[in-house]
Amino acid sequence: MPLTTERPPLPSEDRRWRIVNGTMRKHGYSRNALIETLHTVQSSFGYLDEPSIRFVARSLRVPLSQAYGVATFYHFFSLKPPGKHTCTVCLGTACYIRGSDKLVVEAEKRLHIHPGETTPDGEVSLATVRCVGDCGRAPVVLFDGELSAQMEPARLTARLDAWRKP
Amino acid sequence: MNVEELQQIAAAVEGERAQYEYEVNVCMGTSCLAQHSDRIREAIEKEAAGCGKKCRARRTGCMGPCAAGPMVLVEPAGIRYGHVLETDAKEIAESLGRKPVARLDPQLGSYFEGQHFRVLENVGHIDPENVEEYIARGGYEALVKALTEMTPAQVIEQIAKSGLRGRGGGGYPTGLKWDTVAKVKGAQKYVICNGDEGDPGAFMDRSVLESDPQRVIEGMAIAAYAIGATKGYIYVRAEYPLAVQRLTVAIQQARRRGFLGNGICETTFSFDVDIRLGAGAFVCGEETALIASIEGKRGTPRPRPPYPAVSGLWGAPTLINNVETFANVAPVIRKGGEWFASMGTARSKGTKVFALTGKIERTGLVEVPMGMTLRQIIFGIGGGVPDGHKFKAVQTGGPSGGCLPEEHLDLSISYDALITAGSMMGSGGMIVMDDTSCMVSVARFFMEFCMTESCGKCVPCRAGTVQMYELLTKICQGEATRRDLEKLEELCEVVGATSLCGLGQTAPNPVLSTLRYFRHEYLAHIDEKRCPAGVCEIGDARRLAHDAARTEVHA
Repeated sequence: MPLTTERPPLPSEDRRWRIVNGTMRKHGYSRNALIETLHTVQSSFGYLDEPSIRFVARSLRVPLSQAYGVATFYHFFSLKPPGKHTCTVCLGTACYIRGSDKLVVEAEKRLHIHPGETTPDGEVSLATVRCVGDCGRAPVVLFDGELSAQMEPARLTARLDAWRKP
Repeated sequence: MNVEELQQIAAAVEGERAQYEYEVNVCMGTSCLAQHSDRIREAIEKEAAGCGKKCRARRTGCMGPCAAGPMVLVEPAGIRYGHVLETDAKEIAESLGRKPVARLDPQLGSYFEGQHFRVLENVGHIDPENVEEYIARGGYEALVKALTEMTPAQVIEQIAKSGLRGRGGGGYPTGLKWDTVAKVKGAQKYVICNGDEGDPGAFMDRSVLESDPQRVIEGMAIAAYAIGATKGYIYVRAEYPLAVQRLTVAIQQARRRGFLGNGICETTFSFDVDIRLGAGAFVCGEETALIASIEGKRGTPRPRPPYPAVSGLWGAPTLINNVETFANVAPVIRKGGEWFASMGTARSKGTKVFALTGKIERTGLVEVPMGMTLRQIIFGIGGGVPDGHKFKAVQTGGPSGGCLPEEHLDLSISYDALITAGSMMGSGGMIVMDDTSCMVSVARFFMEFCMTESCGKCVPCRAGTVQMYELLTKICQGEATRRDLEKLEELCEVVGATSLCGLGQTAPNPVLSTLRYFRHEYLAHIDEKRCPAGVCEIGDARRLAHDAARTEVHA
């Protein structure tokens, strides 16, 4: 990386880069804004890839190693593109006591993938999360970010099947 | 802003309210909103207008009994409805001023008996995105009082007198913490609100931030005045999008009304707050890790001292308190420290909010005076264990806490009593388990959590949690010996004594407490190769299930 104080140009014409740039501008291109900026990248593009981490690191004058370290340290950031749909099973304690581990097994069987993976056709990603805070109605599953509570294995597979129908 | 202006705003809110005969409050916390309570609100408003009733339907925060949601509260009659659907709107609108709709009774029984609302006093009564409604219920009176009538030292004195202790779990005296930061010299000081509610199975902070965000901001502003800070950060989990949205609105409104910004309430005091998003790391609940995260770095803790009070955010003196602690501040200033200390036990004052979940009849958010017994909470408020099952244990304190058995049900809730019994207060998660839960599996669940959440900085935690997890797995699979159990106990001691931060130091707690009270379950797995609760698949059953899962996953 050349030693320069100049900020790099936007990686492409994609309007989403302007949103990312907006977040950095709001924080005065301060190094502290690294996590905030990566949040914006992920919410705009769905995940963090190498060019985006490089762009953010250069713009904020943060060492690439630090940017990569942060991107991999926090569970919320994903370095892989998500599928068209995402099924997220909550594995908080209340959900676990009410059988969310069985829901994960059920989803694994249905999709033939493990949590953190996406089906080969790119349709569905399976993920787990540590508590979304709707413990009163455990177990909870998020379908594309939308909460479904008091989930049962049969209802879970029905929802997954509905996504995979052509 | 002064007292007269606050009174004018309150009068305007009351005047607006007086135009309506009925007020239908619809819960829009995460849980009820996920069941489209926003559409229910619209439908009720439309139907009420349709039948000529002077009624307004309002958005409010979490009303507590989440499992009975979506919840609706009809005022002034004080009628609660549960499991409301959009199609019930007409019936609810028509029943206004008449007999309540019997079939929508949420069957809450004694849910509200013995509860005492201080932190949650506005919850369910105000629109969280309307600062004027907060003011009408006494909001910002405390800030005005502190700024115009009290010196910073007097503010700290009242907080110390109240006996308020940190609600994040540690229970450090809040007054002492404030006093320490106030006495440290520094041109720039910071106030941080810890809303990184990482304890799985707890949602008190989420509910407070979603339902009454102004109260937390007011508490932070008072703290900033007391210690001499000008800048604050609220660190919230990214998993709580609604809390983030409500806080964003609340901060904008507080700025517009002049409770944040330069020259607050016509004084020379300036203070502003920003939100910082967490990114899914449990260890960031630890104060030094949280500070690293706000600085945009990996959230790893560092050795203390120096404590954040001396060297915190960017090396400046920093005060960190939990959401619920800040939510307790305004009433202490308004009514005095002695009023606050009049409730609770000798060394634990005030109330505590708990998230009551697990195998329990009535789950939800509850606030009880310190000193109430576990039995009163679980069997009185919560209604006991459902479906004819038997109570086995209650887990408090999350991955840092422990499981208490039936013999401890008459324990009075306080910081010290819970620690003596082998658990801890924690942030307020209270998870009830019945006879279908295997305590070894539960200990393994928490160890798996600590293992994945360990930041990797210090060896005892990074390596120790993995070893303990593997030993617990061995026990669950019926392949462990007595020697393995000894090894597990040794490791508990080493990891607890030598880890760098709270995560590692308390990681053995779930194992230690289950070993203390449910040792027979461990021994049944080891000696008899049997899981008393029938959860663990041991021997042939395990092999069969394992093979089946493998073929199916990779088919």
